[in-house]
Amino acid sequence: MSAAPNLLSAISLLEQRGVDARRVHARLADALAGADDGEIYAERTETEWLQFDDGRLKDADRSATEGFGLRVVAGEVVGYAHAARIDEAAINRAAASAAQARAGYHGVAAEPPRRTNAQLYPDVDPNADPAFADKISLLQAIDAYARDLDPSVVQVSASLTSEYKIVEIVRGDGAAIHDVRPLVRLSIQVTSEKDGRRDTGLVGAGGRASFGEWIAPEAWRAQVDEALRIARVRLKARPCPAGEMDVVIGPGWNGVLLHEAVGHGLEGDFNRKGSSAFSGRIGQRVAAPGVTVFDDGSIHQRRGSLTVDDEGTPTERSILIEDGILVSYMHDRLSARLMGAAPKGNGRRQSFAHMPMPRMTNTGMLGGDVERQEMIASTKRGLYCASLGGGQVDITSGKFVFECTEAYLIEDGKITVPVKGATLIGNGPSALTRATMIGNDFSFDPGIGNCGKNSQTVPVGVGQPSLKLAGLTVGGTELG
Amino acid sequence: MDIAPEDQLHDLIAAARRAGADAAEAHTGRSIQTKVAVRLGKLETVQREEPEGWSLRVWVGARSASLASIDFSDRTKRDALVERALTMARLAPEDPHSGLAPADLVRSISVEDEAPLQLFDPTEPRAANLEEIARTVEAAALAVKGVTNSYGGEATSSHSHQWRLTSDGFVGCSRRSWFSLSTSAIAGENGVMEVDGYGRGAPWREDLPAAEQIGAEAGRRAVDRLGARKLATTRAPVIFERRLSMAILRPYLSAINGGSVARGSSFLKHRLGERVFAPGIRVMDDPTLVRGLASRLVNSEGLPAKPWVLVDDGVLTGWITDVASARQLGLTPNGLGVTNLTMEPGADNLETLMAQAGTGLLVTNLFGPSLNPQTGDWSAGASGVWFEKGGPAYPVNEITVAGCLPDFYARLIPGSDLVIEASTNAPSLLIDAVSIAGA
Repeated sequence: MSAAPNLLSAISLLEQRGVDARRVHARLADALAGADDGEIYAERTETEWLQFDDGRLKDADRSATEGFGLRVVAGEVVGYAHAARIDEAAINRAAASAAQARAGYHGVAAEPPRRTNAQLYPDVDPNADPAFADKISLLQAIDAYARDLDPSVVQVSASLTSEYKIVEIVRGDGAAIHDVRPLVRLSIQVTSEKDGRRDTGLVGAGGRASFGEWIAPEAWRAQVDEALRIARVRLKARPCPAGEMDVVIGPGWNGVLLHEAVGHGLEGDFNRKGSSAFSGRIGQRVAAPGVTVFDDGSIHQRRGSLTVDDEGTPTERSILIEDGILVSYMHDRLSARLMGAAPKGNGRRQSFAHMPMPRMTNTGMLGGDVERQEMIASTKRGLYCASLGGGQVDITSGKFVFECTEAYLIEDGKITVPVKGATLIGNGPSALTRATMIGNDFSFDPGIGNCGKNSQTVPVGVGQPSLKLAGLTVGGTELG
Repeated sequence: MDIAPEDQLHDLIAAARRAGADAAEAHTGRSIQTKVAVRLGKLETVQREEPEGWSLRVWVGARSASLASIDFSDRTKRDALVERALTMARLAPEDPHSGLAPADLVRSISVEDEAPLQLFDPTEPRAANLEEIARTVEAAALAVKGVTNSYGGEATSSHSHQWRLTSDGFVGCSRRSWFSLSTSAIAGENGVMEVDGYGRGAPWREDLPAAEQIGAEAGRRAVDRLGARKLATTRAPVIFERRLSMAILRPYLSAINGGSVARGSSFLKHRLGERVFAPGIRVMDDPTLVRGLASRLVNSEGLPAKPWVLVDDGVLTGWITDVASARQLGLTPNGLGVTNLTMEPGADNLETLMAQAGTGLLVTNLFGPSLNPQTGDWSAGASGVWFEKGGPAYPVNEITVAGCLPDFYARLIPGSDLVIEASTNAPSLLIDAVSIAGA
């Protein structure tokens, strides 16, 4: 919880900019007359970013942005206007532009979001602590430790990013919803060289709090050790064979597989338009028995968590796939209203300059009861993927693709050699039907996820237990 | 009273100098953008945006820091921010390479200087106009036989102004317009759907192709993906169709970035002056094209922009440096970059390339690419058309293609089908042996 309350965040952003609350509420109510929904979303974001690379501080950047977006929703039509300054003139212009969406439309204002007293993260400004000079010392210490660790270390990169975001949502009835969100992340990359070849290991951690635990010396030293370990494994790795094989995937960050394979395909906007491979499939089997997939924005201090989403809806856990059956999509207020569902805190936007849409928060799969070792022992020939990199999905065809950043061959039930260049490709609605074993080792990622959709990036969390998938296509450069 | 942005930047730099900065650069930009999207013939979203940004970078000796804030435009808050920038800079360790571009190399520019390049079309279409064109482009896609649904059509228009000043006296004022039109169509149904799209952008509205043409192309691409099968894992000739051939070349542009070369993380760092592509291969960049999609007079550091040849007769001719990486590499900053880039076409059209290869894969879509910048190892999810006996046989999907880029570059044969559509363009590229993973 917070130390001293931050007085700045307690005063309305609109008030701070000298905006007359009564006039603005009247103007907004006017713009929303006859519309189904809408709001003013005001935001101030302060960010600090330090990047140490190639032995020196390459970037030290502080940024403060603020602005608002005014939205009018009429049926399926959305009018949106935003400006990078908070003042009445800009709000009036925005109201006039956005109201074009409701031309000739007569609707009834939708139910406002319910209220919540939850607080999923402390009201702290993570930019303030540690102090700027201490952040520099920390990065220098990380750089020195990494270079000293092993003579094979030839390059080190480390960065600290912190963000403090004040959100204020004003609705047509004058109700105001506030949220104050901290977010931090430490990122470290180590490059190792052997016999003239170089490769890297990348690690990171963070969440919605002050830096605290993530920059304790034991924590960051363990990160550096891990980055070097990954780099050295990759240097030993042989080209991966290509073809269809059984794949055992480790826990934690590898939940990005769920995020791409099923997560995006279950977003409400695609499904109400019938453009997702999961459209019209509620009630059908989309995964093996035992597979339960959830999205939950209400977990304390996780990177993907929000006390309220960017439309003011409180977050909660929603079960998307239960025991292999598709039970729910994820909604913003618009897709929820049009599909007759309840919004559960998935209406998100990158900033005031963006319209909200259905997005994930923390997405994961519940654990089962199989030991990872058992999964490997049961595999005659396959791939053990310890760590996935990024991935991408085509939600209409359902195809997803991933790179494995750390992977090993499994031969006769044993992990043998590390392989490089392993890429997984599959089809979302069918890949999870071939989940033959679900592990007992669930964990979340360490706080490093970003999700991109329609040119908007939001921070997310992912998690899963170890998982065995039968018959996935593995890309590589070796044949056979 | 509204003070001109250029004067505000001038005051900001003066304030930074007074507070102790040895050098400073300040930047501001503002724009007005309108975006209209329709879906199934009806208005879906209408957006109007007025983005604005301010930033300041200061140097105290060889130490620097930067700030970006909306509050620089507020004179009472400005001095506190300037003080903070100086405090940060004084705490930062020295970086011997960073700094402004040498004053004798930069060139100040004005909106009048830019006029001959014709990069600003003052036409400001109303939202209703944009709605109509968006409807037309979508309708043309929906009219293609086999198209069953739509992501929608979108039309956008934007006008922006940028100013950049430095403590050395550089003044850069620039303005741009941009219009775009695009649509994505869905083909198929009953659990087997494919999506594809097409879009174009240009600084002049009249330079965009007709909406009907763009829509028809989007619909055709979506329908062409239907009926795809998986392939058995194999190694075969692959042609990267011109619509995505730049995806193979973009890693080359990252690998010749001076910053990557200087920190040792480029797979081409030892190849300066060596033949990376086959003899005869030529890649050029020209920032001076009138109405060119990425044309400019100066780069982001104020250095005059010039045409140059990146790959000459297959040879890697030079790095793309900024001031800091040039200094680190012991080179003079040259202002060369990537603007309107082209790979020169070869002799044979797509049909001839397929006939030459006989059997192989024509890749028409790539997604989720992964690249190891240290080694050049590359792979991506793909779909396309399998060809046999020199002609198209059937569509394929759910496959990956993989290889090592230096190896691809050495082997690739460009087709004759170069078309200028985006700011960077290349013809179809044939590579005689690529690993394909499938069933």
